[in-house]
Amino acid sequence: MKLETKSITMRFGGLTAVSGLDMAIEPGEIVGLIGPNGAGKTTAFNMITGVYAPTEGRVLLDGRDITGWSPHRITEAGIARTFQNIRLFGTMSALENVLVGCALRERPTFVGSTLRLPGYRRRERESRAFALELLGQTGLAALADEGATGLPYGVQRRLEIARALATRPSMLLLDEPAAGMNPQESLELMDFIRKVRDEFSLTILLIEHHMQVVMGVCERMYVLDYGLTIAQGEPEAIKRDQKVIEAYLGVE
Amino acid sequence: MKKRNAILTLAAAALLAGLLALGSRYLGGYAMRILNLSAIYVVLALSLNLLNGFTGLFSLGSSGFMAVGAYVSALLTMSPEVKEMNFFLEPLAPALAGLRLPFIPALAAAGLCAALAGLVIALPVLRLRDDYLAIATLGFSEIIRVLITNAQSLTNGAQGLKNIPKSATTWTVWGTAALAVAFMALLTRSSYGRMLKAVRDDEVAAEAMGVNVFRVKVASFTISSFMAGVGGALLGHMITTIDPKMFTFMLTFNILLIVVLGGNGSITGSVIASIAVTVLMEAMRFLDGPLNLGLVKTEGLPGLRMVVFSAMLMAVVIFRQRGLMGDRELTWDALADSGLLPRRRKGGAA
Repeated sequence: MKLETKSITMRFGGLTAVSGLDMAIEPGEIVGLIGPNGAGKTTAFNMITGVYAPTEGRVLLDGRDITGWSPHRITEAGIARTFQNIRLFGTMSALENVLVGCALRERPTFVGSTLRLPGYRRRERESRAFALELLGQTGLAALADEGATGLPYGVQRRLEIARALATRPSMLLLDEPAAGMNPQESLELMDFIRKVRDEFSLTILLIEHHMQVVMGVCERMYVLDYGLTIAQGEPEAIKRDQKVIEAYLGVE
Repeated sequence: MKKRNAILTLAAAALLAGLLALGSRYLGGYAMRILNLSAIYVVLALSLNLLNGFTGLFSLGSSGFMAVGAYVSALLTMSPEVKEMNFFLEPLAPALAGLRLPFIPALAAAGLCAALAGLVIALPVLRLRDDYLAIATLGFSEIIRVLITNAQSLTNGAQGLKNIPKSATTWTVWGTAALAVAFMALLTRSSYGRMLKAVRDDEVAAEAMGVNVFRVKVASFTISSFMAGVGGALLGHMITTIDPKMFTFMLTFNILLIVVLGGNGSITGSVIASIAVTVLMEAMRFLDGPLNLGLVKTEGLPGLRMVVFSAMLMAVVIFRQRGLMGDRELTWDALADSGLLPRRRKGGAA
């Protein structure tokens, strides 16, 4: 799916967190959104996913205006996300976490699920099979029945991705997927992101601080600083961009 | 395993029915009344637990919905003569004066009216969270009570209603309690129940997973109101008189206490606590009378029962912060794992 933001702006009182962000992400791309802390990256995510309604500007998904839609409708339209500070369902097992994601397409009704009607049973079986398949593809099959919060940090991040995939998205937004990972894990994550994109034919937009990951996996990137877009382009060009070096990579 | 559990559940239900049959034969009216009251509390506690424990909505509105249910069911089942006797200050609205339904349909109507009230209240208040939601629901339940007090020609106002048919027999209350338990067990273990729990665990994440959080909350609130309405109706048909003062916050408080004591998010916890609290509150009545403890003699301290009960409560909360059961359930599988059920496996019992 093609995602476009048409000069979206978010103001909180006097503070402009994001100012006139223009992005165009083509189907199948892996695009990075980078910038120093407080540059407005997560705010941009929140505007795209409906957590905030942009103060100005529009968000288009395949040309359809989804500005100001509620988050669950945007997820239904095909944009799934993960969170910077992991937000798994704490009292549930890994499998149940993924099953919550499956519920979006399963559409359980109150009556159908309480009375265990045949249609519900069939769809629930399908969801369970799909959830287990996802856990297998993300390397979590052995942990299906483990409590989500007891899992190691890196595993929790992968579980969040599995859960997002359960909503059958066409676009995935990853908020700092490599946060807290060691270099080895980060390398694995890069492969994992590419693999996920290919297997699920996704478009991926990711926020990341870990430069090795961003430069390694992203085909294009946007650089924010104080809410303004200061650069965009391919990794090699970004590395050489004077403004980016000053704002972010550090002046030599 | 599934088959074994189903057989055990049926056996337990049959055992309960057998015990109740024996009880109503030999235990006498007073003891059975206490047991029946605890069955009504099972329904009410589950209704509140659905909100507080399973959907994470801190609601304090139970008594209001109970009042709606109790009045609807009472007005639908009383005979025209009893109605005329009750409404001596101002006659009952003509539309209701002649209307009469059998007990079970009236019970369903009570639930539906409470659910409707719940739905109407849910739409504005469920935009609030946590303590604000608690205060708003508390306020609405008080509003319902005030409305009932003042709608003289509908509810007979502060005089209340007397001579309500005594239809809440052992079988109807325990049957309703069993239905409520079965319903909650089926709901919370279903895909829909998982959505409720997702909202409880993390609203933002649930919404991002495509769960329509607001709709799920409204559904949960409406269902819970339905159950509270049925519970309130049963209470009316057991005591046979109702008046607005019965449905104050104290009633909600009792139910909340049972839910917290049993464990937020535990069905079996609510059941155990409902029975334990109701029975204990009665069993400790002797504390209010004259006591002879050898060295200490009292001539009767009214309220001592509540002091002892509160001390017991504090002990439970200190030693088991999340209630007796936490958010776990007492299931057949758990019993089997703890070795309390005989196991049939090759090579003998484990």
